[in-house]
Amino acid sequence: MAAHQDRAGRRLVILVPYLWLLVFFLVPFLIVVKISLSQIAISMPPYIPTFSLAEGWAGLVDAFRQFSFDNYLWLTEDDLYIRSYLSSLWIALVSTLIALLVGYPIAYGMARAPSHWRPTLLMLVILPFWTSFLIRVYAWIGILKPEGLLTVILQTVGLLSPDEQVRILNTNTAVYIGIVYSYLPFMVLPLYSALEKMDGSLLEAAEDLGCHPLKAFWVITFPLSIPGVVAGCFLVFIPAVGEFVIPDLLGGSQTLMIGKTLWAEFFSNRDWPVSSAVAVILLLVLIVPIVAFQRAQQRAHEREAG
Amino acid sequence: MARKASAAKAASAKAKTPGGGKNVGPVRRTFAPWNDPAAKPFILFENVTKRFGDFVAVKNLTLGIHEREFFSLLGPSGCGKTTLLRMLAGFETPSEGRILLDGQDVSTVPPYRRPVNMMFQSYALFPHMNVADNIAFGLKQDKMPKGEIADRVDEMLKLVKLEPFKTRKPHQLSGGQRQRVALARSIAKRPKVLLLDEPLGALDKKLREQTQFELTDLQQQLGLTFLIVTHDQEEAMTVSDRIAVMDHGEIVQVATPAEIYEYPNSRYVADFIGDINLIEGTVASVRSGKVTVDTPDAGKLVVQQDIAADVGQKAWIAIRPEKVRIGLGKPAARTPNVMRGEVWDIGYLGDVSTYHVRLPAGTTVKALQANATRLVERPITWDEQVYLSFAPDGAVVLLS
Repeated sequence: MAAHQDRAGRRLVILVPYLWLLVFFLVPFLIVVKISLSQIAISMPPYIPTFSLAEGWAGLVDAFRQFSFDNYLWLTEDDLYIRSYLSSLWIALVSTLIALLVGYPIAYGMARAPSHWRPTLLMLVILPFWTSFLIRVYAWIGILKPEGLLTVILQTVGLLSPDEQVRILNTNTAVYIGIVYSYLPFMVLPLYSALEKMDGSLLEAAEDLGCHPLKAFWVITFPLSIPGVVAGCFLVFIPAVGEFVIPDLLGGSQTLMIGKTLWAEFFSNRDWPVSSAVAVILLLVLIVPIVAFQRAQQRAHEREAG
Repeated sequence: MARKASAAKAASAKAKTPGGGKNVGPVRRTFAPWNDPAAKPFILFENVTKRFGDFVAVKNLTLGIHEREFFSLLGPSGCGKTTLLRMLAGFETPSEGRILLDGQDVSTVPPYRRPVNMMFQSYALFPHMNVADNIAFGLKQDKMPKGEIADRVDEMLKLVKLEPFKTRKPHQLSGGQRQRVALARSIAKRPKVLLLDEPLGALDKKLREQTQFELTDLQQQLGLTFLIVTHDQEEAMTVSDRIAVMDHGEIVQVATPAEIYEYPNSRYVADFIGDINLIEGTVASVRSGKVTVDTPDAGKLVVQQDIAADVGQKAWIAIRPEKVRIGLGKPAARTPNVMRGEVWDIGYLGDVSTYHVRLPAGTTVKALQANATRLVERPITWDEQVYLSFAPDGAVVLLS
C-alpha cells in the first residue's frame, strides 16, 4: 500500500515539470506552427483559417484543408530571410568567440585568486543582472554615441582630436560590443566552475616533469577546461542568434539579424503567418547546437561520475 | 605496531640481499655512507629556513642525504616535512640557507629544470591523458625521440605491472593502479632523486604493505636516491635506510630505523616510533656506563648506558613493552629492575598479549608477551599482583 502510494507520488513529482513544459512550451509552439501554416488576412486575428468550436468536426477538417506551406516557400523566395539567418549566425559566432577570448582570462583570474576573494569576484560578475537588461543596453548608447562618453574620454586623453568623434553606434561593431557585454557572465561562469575545480597539483606535476608553466597551460589547463568552454560558448551562441533588442538599439539599418526581421514582419507588416514561419525555422536552426550542447553536457557529467 | 614494523624490516632486509640488483647484494649490509666522514652528501640542506608569513615551517635545518639512500622524513602533520620536500622539488624557495644537489646550489632553479621528480600524494595524474601518455609526459618535455619514448613507456609499464592498462584513463583505474602509474611517471625520466609525498597514504593496509616492499625493490633495481615523506612510522621503518624524525620545523633525530627504535634520543622520538613505557624519576648516580634512576614507582632502576647526566636531574626510563618480563612469582634475588604492580588490563591479540600493569605511584607499564602455548586459562589475569622486570641493557634513559 505504502509502496503504491510512493510510486504514485513519484509519478506526480515527475509529472509537474512535464505539465509545465506542455502548457508553457509545447502548446504555444503548436499554436505558432499552426499560424505559420495559415494565410495572412485582414481580420481579427490577422490570418485564416481559425478554429471555431461552433462549426464542429467538419469545420476542423475544413480548416486543416486550408493549411499550406506557402509561408515557408516564401522564406526561400525572398533572400532577406536567408541573409538574416546567415548574418545572425555569423554575428552570434563572432560574438561568442570574442566573449570566449575576453571571458577566459577573467574566469582564469577568478579561479586563481585567493579563495577568500572568489565570492566577491563571482558577485561582481553577476552584479549586472541586478539592473534591467534594457537599461544596460541603453547605457551603451550613451557610451558609444558620437558625442558620448567614449568620445569624451578619447578626446581627453588625446587619442582623438576635439573635432573627431567615434562612429560605433549603429554599426555591427556596436552589436558585437552589446552582445559580448550582455552575455559575458554566461561565458565566465561555466569557465570559472571548470577552472576552479581543477587540481593545482596537476600543474605542479607538469612542471616537475619538465614542462614550462606557459606550456603547461596549453597541455593541462586548457584541455581540462574544455567542458567549460563548450558550455560557455553554447550559452552565449544560442540566445545571441535570436537576439532582437541589441541589434535594434545598437545596430544600424544595415545590421541584419533574424530577431529584427521577425519583429518587423510581426509588428510592421502585421504578417503573423510569415513571422511564425521565421520563428519555427529559427527554432529548427537552433535545435542542432542545442542538442549538441546537451550531448556535451551529458558526456562531461558521465566523465565526472566515472 | 612496533613489533610488526621491526619484523617487516627484517623481512625487507632479507628480500634485499639475494635478488635485488646487480651491483648490490651483500654490499647492502654495509651500506652506511653516513658513517663515512669522507663521503659527501648527494643532497644537502644547509641552514635552511622557510617562513610563510609569521609561520616558520622549517627552522635553520641542516641535513645531508647520500646517493642511493632511501631516506624518510617522518613527523606529524605540520612538522615541516612536506615543505622540505617541496623545497627540494622547487615548488618553494628557502627563505634562508641553500639546497645543494650533487654539489650544485639549486635553491633558485625552477622545478622544470631540476633533475628530481616527485610522486604526489594525490598522484596528480593528468585526467585527460591515458596511462601511456601520462608516463610519456616527462619524456616528451625532454624532446626524446618517439621510438625511445615508446620503449621507455613499455619498460615502465612492465616495471609496475600495468601493461594491460596502457590505454586506460586514470578514472578507469583502481587506487592501487593509479599509485603505480604515478610511480611509473615519476621514475620514467630516471631522475637523480625521487621525492615521494605520502606515497602509500591512500592505499588500504594490505596493499600498502605489499607496495612498501615493491618500493624498496624498485629503489635497489634503479639505484636511485629516494626521499619519502610520511607520517606513518611503520612505513618509514620498513622502507628506509635512515629516518629523520621532525617536529615543529626541526629535526629531532636522524638515524637508522633500528637505532631510532632502540636508542631514541628524546621522549618525542620514543613516543612517535612504536610503543614505549616511560617511567619518570631522578638521576641517582652515573658511573662506569651505568645510570641509576630513582623512581617513585619502583625505587632505584639501573640502565646500562653512557650518558652525560647530573645527579638529581629529571630523567625518564624508556622501555619497549616487548622487553618487559612479566611473572606471578617473585624473580630470583639478584634480578635487577624488579617492579611490582597490579594487572589493570589485558589486550589479547592472538599471537601476543599486552598486559597493562599499574605501578604503585600510578604509572602504567605495558608488558608484551608472546603466547607461546595455547592459553585456555590465562596464568595471569585481571587485578592480580605481578612482578615486572627488565634487563639493564634493554632500556634507555632519556633526559628530554
